[in-house]
Amino acid sequence: MAWKKYIPVFALIACIIVFQLAVTAMSREFYLTQLTMAAYYSLVILGLTVLMGYAGQISMGHAAFFAMGGYTSAVITTRDLMNVKGAVLVDLARDLGLTIVEKNAYGSDIEHLSPWAALAVAVVLTAIIAFLIGIPILKLKGHYLAMATLGFGIIVYRIVLGLRLFGEADGISDIPPFRIVGGLAVSGDPALRVQNFYIASFLVVVGVVLLMNLIDSRVGRALRSIHGSEEAANAMGIDTARYKLFIFVLSAVFACVAGVFLTHFNGGIGPSEADVMKSVSYVAIVAVGGMANLWGALIMGVILNYLSLRGYFGSYDEFVFGSILIVIMLFVPEGLLRMENARALARALARLRNNLGADRKQ
Amino acid sequence: MSYLEIKNMCRAFGGLKAVDDVSFSVERNAIKAVIGPNGAGKTTLFNLIAGSLEPDAGEAFIDGSPIHYLPPYRIARLGISRTFQNIKLFSHMTVLENVMIGRHIRSRSGLLQAMLRLPRSRKEERDIRERSMEILEMMGIGDLAGQEATSLAFGKQRIVEIARALATEPSVLLLDEPAAGLNIYETVQISDMILKIREKGITILVIEHDMSLVMNISDEIAVLSSGKKIAEGVPADIQRNEEVIRVYLGEDDA
Repeated sequence: MAWKKYIPVFALIACIIVFQLAVTAMSREFYLTQLTMAAYYSLVILGLTVLMGYAGQISMGHAAFFAMGGYTSAVITTRDLMNVKGAVLVDLARDLGLTIVEKNAYGSDIEHLSPWAALAVAVVLTAIIAFLIGIPILKLKGHYLAMATLGFGIIVYRIVLGLRLFGEADGISDIPPFRIVGGLAVSGDPALRVQNFYIASFLVVVGVVLLMNLIDSRVGRALRSIHGSEEAANAMGIDTARYKLFIFVLSAVFACVAGVFLTHFNGGIGPSEADVMKSVSYVAIVAVGGMANLWGALIMGVILNYLSLRGYFGSYDEFVFGSILIVIMLFVPEGLLRMENARALARALARLRNNLGADRKQ
Repeated sequence: MSYLEIKNMCRAFGGLKAVDDVSFSVERNAIKAVIGPNGAGKTTLFNLIAGSLEPDAGEAFIDGSPIHYLPPYRIARLGISRTFQNIKLFSHMTVLENVMIGRHIRSRSGLLQAMLRLPRSRKEERDIRERSMEILEMMGIGDLAGQEATSLAFGKQRIVEIARALATEPSVLLLDEPAAGLNIYETVQISDMILKIREKGITILVIEHDMSLVMNISDEIAVLSSGKKIAEGVPADIQRNEEVIRVYLGEDDA
């Protein structure tokens, strides 16, 4: 049955609801804040899992795409357009209803572009950049691809850190909430904790379903075949270069969307979001989740990000993620949470049961 | 013009002329074997035809249209499918999924259709699955559909690779040592299978060291040695050809 494979999705939704109800009942809603952030980071992890685990292409620069989303939206939605008159683009945006007039923290009116417009611009921009750099660097394999994406990540980090436009080391703050519809808004307002938790969870569920469908499809099989043997995939008529580019852009867009939403949730973004260590931690989480395992990546993404955001790793944060990566690569390169491991366990249990049954017959 | 036509193919690796001015042709629906000692350039020749390697010079045509400048995936779409000497199945995928990859060029669903699981892509997915299952049944390995392909016994992996190649509905099948590493029984099975594939109207070019297999199934044989074609003809002539006996078959063999 087709719906059977969606059982984990329903379980995920149930978990989300139960968790929220439990936290609210215990009046510990502040837990939801970091969980919401962890959910957005998990969106990056999900996209990266399909790129790394399924298509076998590493990216050590995914924080850059996250930052592109966050910074694009931050720049666009914090520019005050109140006194801009006669500029064609701004007037057009006004006519299309893409600007919003709000009171800022000091009580004066400001007019800024709608986060919806910012989201669209961020996604298109990130997709174009990912496409353009993907063409040359996806020709590389293994370590070389890792180095190239790492280099790309460093460049974006330095740009973000160095440009006045992006607030240099301070980043950009006072980012307005992202009003989705009616009273629904992505913002860090403590009164909106519960709905923000659900908005983030909704995006994660949608992301998981889209990627699950993708993996179990003609396109998904083509991606996985590239991982198995690029030469054979090519011989089967698969334009491997094109598919690698596809998935690279798609996973960049996932990171970008996460960046846009988390930036509005946090009300600010700083250069640390583009930091190379951030990319390393994403890769570490994908690895520990089992590489080609969406659910493993999601579970580890939420747990590890949550622990990190709650400050459990303290100043050892980078050390923790670095160590995880080393240990996983050395001892369980296939990742911890893998179906094979579960199946092997099931087989061993079945064998044990059979043996016991045979003994009894004798 | 013959169905598959190779003209003056050349390819060197450094100073080594792996394939040196080789020409031959394969008639439609024929079985042609390429034999020769190790290092004669047989697999290089296959890679040149399939597009995995670019020729230094020379031309290749399928049904009159040139393929020697095309990338492998375009050549596959023109109807040439292949297997590999050192089996290249897709790891972490089941036998059925491996064969389903073969249906890639016979289906169309794109990224968005796949992610949103639109009705058209669902129907296509069903067709892919059914057709792939049929091929597995035809090859007698339907019961292995759910197994991870790379965990199978060597002989079975060979058959899966052939099934995957057949799933593309090729007009030409390139088999690179299909019987290597197989026991006598499996070799007989493979030879029956190749004959059965030919009955479907597929043209077959096969590299093989197993002379009993080659002599039994081939309509024609081309012999390579040190990158050069040293003989070509029907099996009976090749068996008597003195140079072939000297460089490859050996006095007591054949």
